Amino acid sequence: MSRNPIFLERKSYRRRRIMDAVRLLPLFGLGLWLVPLMWPRQVDPGADGLAMSAVLIYIFAVWLMLICLCVVLWWRTRRAED
Amino acid sequence: MVSLNQLIAVCLIYVAGLFTVAFVAERAALNGQGKWLLRSPLVYTLSLSIYCTAWTFYGAVGYAVRSGMEYVTIYLGPSLVMIGWWWLLRRLVRIGRRQRVTSVADLISSRYGKSNTLAIVVTLMAVIGVTPYIALQLQSVTLSLSIFAASDGGTAAQPFNSARAAFLVAAGLAVFTVLFGTRNLNANDRHHGVVIAVAVEAVVKLVALLAVGIFVVWGVAGGVSETLNRIDTSPIGQWRQDGGRWAALIILAAAAFVCLPRMFQVLVVENDDERHLQTASWAFPLYLMLMSLFVVPIAVVGLDLMPTGANPDFFVLSVPLSQGQSGLATLSFLGGFSSATSMVIVATLALSTMVSNHIVMPVWLALRKGGAQQSGDVRNVVILARRLSILLIILLGYFYYRLSGGSGALAAIGLISFGGVAQFLPAMLGGIFWRGATRSGALTGLAVGFSIWAFTMLLPSFGEGSVLSRDVFEQGLFGLGWLRPQALFGVAGLDPIVHAVWWSLSLNTFAFLIVSLCSFPNPLERLQGAQFVNVFDHANPAQGWSRQAVGSEDLMIMAQRILGAAEAQGFFDRWAQHQRRPKQLPEATPDFVQGLERELAASVGAATAHAMIAQIMGGAAVSVQDLLAVADESAQILEYSSQLEEKSHELSETAAQLREANEKLTQLSVQKDIFLSQISHELRTPMTSIRAFSEILRDTDEMSSDEQTHYASIIHSEAIRLTRLLNDLLDLSVLENGEVTLNENEGTLRAVIERSVLTARAGSGRVIRIVRQPELEEITLITDMDRLSQVFINLITNAIKYCDAAAPELRISVAVHEGAVRVVFQDNGRGIPDEVQKFIFDKFARVGTGEGEGAGLGLSICREIVGRLGGTVQYLPEAQGATFRVSLPIGTKAGESLEKTGIRAAE
Repeated sequence: MSRNPIFLERKSYRRRRIMDAVRLLPLFGLGLWLVPLMWPRQVDPGADGLAMSAVLIYIFAVWLMLICLCVVLWWRTRRAED
Repeated sequence: MVSLNQLIAVCLIYVAGLFTVAFVAERAALNGQGKWLLRSPLVYTLSLSIYCTAWTFYGAVGYAVRSGMEYVTIYLGPSLVMIGWWWLLRRLVRIGRRQRVTSVADLISSRYGKSNTLAIVVTLMAVIGVTPYIALQLQSVTLSLSIFAASDGGTAAQPFNSARAAFLVAAGLAVFTVLFGTRNLNANDRHHGVVIAVAVEAVVKLVALLAVGIFVVWGVAGGVSETLNRIDTSPIGQWRQDGGRWAALIILAAAAFVCLPRMFQVLVVENDDERHLQTASWAFPLYLMLMSLFVVPIAVVGLDLMPTGANPDFFVLSVPLSQGQSGLATLSFLGGFSSATSMVIVATLALSTMVSNHIVMPVWLALRKGGAQQSGDVRNVVILARRLSILLIILLGYFYYRLSGGSGALAAIGLISFGGVAQFLPAMLGGIFWRGATRSGALTGLAVGFSIWAFTMLLPSFGEGSVLSRDVFEQGLFGLGWLRPQALFGVAGLDPIVHAVWWSLSLNTFAFLIVSLCSFPNPLERLQGAQFVNVFDHANPAQGWSRQAVGSEDLMIMAQRILGAAEAQGFFDRWAQHQRRPKQLPEATPDFVQGLERELAASVGAATAHAMIAQIMGGAAVSVQDLLAVADESAQILEYSSQLEEKSHELSETAAQLREANEKLTQLSVQKDIFLSQISHELRTPMTSIRAFSEILRDTDEMSSDEQTHYASIIHSEAIRLTRLLNDLLDLSVLENGEVTLNENEGTLRAVIERSVLTARAGSGRVIRIVRQPELEEITLITDMDRLSQVFINLITNAIKYCDAAAPELRISVAVHEGAVRVVFQDNGRGIPDEVQKFIFDKFARVGTGEGEGAGLGLSICREIVGRLGGTVQYLPEAQGATFRVSLPIGTKAGESLEKTGIRAAE
């Protein structure tokens, strides 16, 4: 531990932050996908449920965003390795 | 309209195509061609798609019709696991590659001390959990065929027989799996044929589902916005998802994704390159997203188009059929067929590896008395065991399908299966993240979780009154109210799935943790635990086998039988090269045995390989050193303390040296004090008399000239004595410090003695007779003549001074002895008393009192001088009178002259 420097040069600093992002991404995704738990439901008394089309768009938009972020991070880690 | 026979023909052509692709891939891999494709991240990603079985291909739409958006949870969980590859999959893949793991049972067994009990338990659980899933695939294929048969309107020659169709499908799958799944024994090698076929099927099912989806959205509904409107106005047009189920299913699907034997097979066992995982981390979620994109539109359009009562599980098939799109329907059928077959093939492959490695092989080894050391090729046995296991598992699936009567919603069976395999999760996660996880903990956790799963999920699925009676449902097991399968511990009102998942997984984890905390792992468990948990830290794995006298021949014989002669030879040759023993068998070092065990483990599993090697090694050998390696911390502490010990040893050594030096210094200081007191005493005595007599001379006025002369002569003699003393002291210090320079010159001993006698006699009033042997003294010496004569003078003067005989006589004799000349000075007095003999050469040592002539430095100086000249001076106590012997070496020249004189002396 003590052998590692405390401060890193810019490039390795960036690489570590990318890895941090890779680690955080699934938690971020899980959080977004648990948002529907708070939506109004059809079975709740006196409430119409959220329209299915909106649900569909939300879930797939989150999905696509996660995939895109994942691709970007993958691309950047690969570049950082080269 | 496609007839059933046409469909079967298309199906057969498709299957033939798959066989060809698999065959070509195997051939290419064998010849080392096509690596860019076979070992590409694309193929890896596509092979993961066996996650999407017929259940998801057909069943997702039915699921959406029944429960709205809930179907998507089955994909969200795995997507999150893939996106979070860094957390779990990276570690799993690395461990899988490092330990050459062959299955999920092998992973768990290997982690917990290569325990075969654990392997058997996991294998049985997997078989029980996955068999319904295989039955489900058979069911979906036959049902989809029956839908075609129904739309065909009985034009087929005979009515559709679903049982026979299921049997034929099962038989075909068994043939494919046996052909391409058991080509190579090494379960850790990639099954290129299978993987490439699975990849092709992955493309087919994706294209099929997308095609149906696009047809539904743009062909039937008339565009995206129209479709969205249709969705909102449909019966499932509003969000009504139960939150508990939503979260529980995401977790369940994520758990099952890593625990399902078939997923483990493609994710870990068939993984070729860890970097492929990174590509798959975005590519596979993309695949899953595309697979689920059109599920809701198809469901909604299906609900609109199809008559009420139509099975929503087959909307993917029936919607295109109802629109007269027979081509599209055929494609869709092929997609479903692909999903089913690829799942069955890989699941069977994974399960058969587990069954043959963990159940059949150990039993076979135990039954054969000689065990691993018996002759005969085990490879055939292993392959046969694997093939029989494949047939057995597919047969089990078929029987389950026949028994369950092909009823029940597809999704329900799928979730039950997920719940079963998810029970592996605590043992697996605990095993790879926590060193404290033990075998007992894993066994207890698995048993608890599995029983709860069976009681709350599997058995109730057969329906009330079939396996569990209605009484059990209402009153609880044995009439205990808190043991109701869907309301354990009185927690009623939960959704059955959430209830079962919650209780089975939480109690499983709880039991696993508690028992792990309370039990103590055996050495092998600790060793494996360290290797699994620290898989990224250890450059070199710790060793499990101690060095023992094992014949490499025994190992070779066994390896040949499992790996095959050529491969075993190759492996041994590589090690022999590595050990620099070319053309010989490698030495059975711990490293080598470890390597061999890994190699064997890839074929027959860790537990069996360990047992086989143990038979030859004579017991599971974990040495003391290995135990130290296990306890990493203790090893570090030990190393640290040994360093400390070394340091303290050094310190104590230094301290001892210091103490010694200090003692020397103290001694020297004491000597110095003695010397100083002696010297001041020696100086004071003459000084006192000089002072006294000079005062008398000064203060006495009338004094005769005789008296004056007398006193002056006393002062004079005392002054001389002082001078001599100081000269002696100077001389001694020069000699002791080694600063003296010797003036070597040539001369005869006779001349030296002659001169010494003259000088000694001149300075003394006493008369002594000196007896000499002048003829023997004719010896030529090369030495410092002046110094030598100084020694002789001193010895002669001592004799003159101290010889107490009435007629004093000094005998000086010369002899040659062993290359040295000895000069002996012997007087006829009483000699030196015994008690002072050993002090006579010390400084200021004086024999007797009163004489007061010398300072007692003479003999010290003599000894120093003779020492410088390379000789010795000794007192001979046994001789008559005081006898001193001076020995001097004779140099080359002196030696020559000695010979001459010797000859002369003889004449």
